[in-house]
Amino acid sequence: MTTSGLHETPLHALHLELGGRMVEFAGYAMPVQYPTGILTEHQHTRAAAGLFDVSHMGQIRISGPDAAAVLETLVPGDIKGLAPGRQRYTLLTNEEAGILDDLMVTNAGDHLFVVVNAGCKHDDLAHLQARIGDRVTIEPQFDRALLALQGPAAAAVLQRLAPEIAGQGFMTGRAVAVDGVPCFVTRSGYTGEDGFEIAIPAEHGEGIARRLLAEPEVKPIGLGARDSLRLEAGLCLYGHDIDTTTTPIEAGLNWVIGKRRRAEGGYPGAAVVADQIANGTTRRRVGILPEGRQPAREGTSLTDAAGNPVGTITSGGFGPSFGGPVAMGYVETAHAGDGTPLQAVVRGQPRPARVAPMPFVPHRYYRP
Amino acid sequence: MSAIKFTEEHEWIRVEGDVGTVGITDFAQSQLGDVVFVELPAVGRQVTKGGDAAVVESVKAASEVYSPVTGEIVAVNEAIVDEPAKVNSEPMDGAWFFKVKLANPAELDAMMDEAGYAAFVDGQH
Repeated sequence: MTTSGLHETPLHALHLELGGRMVEFAGYAMPVQYPTGILTEHQHTRAAAGLFDVSHMGQIRISGPDAAAVLETLVPGDIKGLAPGRQRYTLLTNEEAGILDDLMVTNAGDHLFVVVNAGCKHDDLAHLQARIGDRVTIEPQFDRALLALQGPAAAAVLQRLAPEIAGQGFMTGRAVAVDGVPCFVTRSGYTGEDGFEIAIPAEHGEGIARRLLAEPEVKPIGLGARDSLRLEAGLCLYGHDIDTTTTPIEAGLNWVIGKRRRAEGGYPGAAVVADQIANGTTRRRVGILPEGRQPAREGTSLTDAAGNPVGTITSGGFGPSFGGPVAMGYVETAHAGDGTPLQAVVRGQPRPARVAPMPFVPHRYYRP
Repeated sequence: MSAIKFTEEHEWIRVEGDVGTVGITDFAQSQLGDVVFVELPAVGRQVTKGGDAAVVESVKAASEVYSPVTGEIVAVNEAIVDEPAKVNSEPMDGAWFFKVKLANPAELDAMMDEAGYAAFVDGQH
């Protein structure tokens, strides 16, 4: 905490030095963009490699003899089936199957390495401690640095500092020395591109960031481009596209419910999820393409062709790589089919749009 | 000679005769970031001082452009609809938004001149 009242990441001084435009995000001072701007940062990430400071996110270690089985009591993912070194996207759910947070879980061998959203991390930690704290050891590591290196050149760049990562597949993680510093590196991200997230002891965060930025392919990328990249990739932003009022099935995240978990249940809201898998939901998260050039942003009402309300946009903006406006949101199931014509009511004016498959820009993950 | 005036909403208006050409300032475009969409008023529309006249959207956000004066829209700059990035690259000249025929030129009197606006922007940092 600083005089501004905001938390700062271990890279704060570097952001200022790089000319980052700092904004409040989840209680942290974070760069929304650097001087080159969001459009250039976005396109650079898809063309070469972008470095993102995501140290505001929450790193948590969960350990104990039955850590996977115990964590399964809070998430619908197959954690017991996660082989050492494998990573999985899952959700913390409540008794109504509302989503408390989305998170990444990696089987790190002697513990589970968990990364949760910045805005949820304190609530998540309290939830974990209250529900499973007597059966596993929960260690928050909220002071550590977390860097994301994303883009088609990310692997070539990181291999110069950490030769061991060569060949490491998408959604895997391991302890690796990066430039001699002990780190935990997962091949994952939030852009739809190949890339890595590098968990680093706080005191080495800035040094590794500088080392990566010294590579010719790498530029610093702010939260603005992080948002436009993930939107084009069709990835949910917690608190916008998913929250406690949406279920995994409404959100179209059926794939996160492990096959065994569908049969066994045993997580908060499992009965609601089972019912929704069997009987469907009244609304669904879908991709939406506004016609023309005008973005339709979060909160924009959606109507059918006759003007009847059918849903709301939860994330929307301009997709720099797509080359036009892109959005996602919830619509009544009857209007959720690909190609269904809708109208997005922007500043009181109905504008034609249609339901479209996501991602809007193809994923390019590394699957050896 | 033309006179240029500025609003606290970061529009500029350059007046020649009874017609004012309106755009957004370099400070405004730098705050918005990369402009990706512009919506302009219809020619012939009546606008009022401080009222909505156009829309400019960056990757990040949408913003209204207000008319600095009351009057009738007599021309719009379609070039910035076709190429919104011009708003970033030439905000003070090539990327003008619209021309308005002034109903009440006295509205200009209270607006900031170039030096006054520069001081106003300094105070915004």
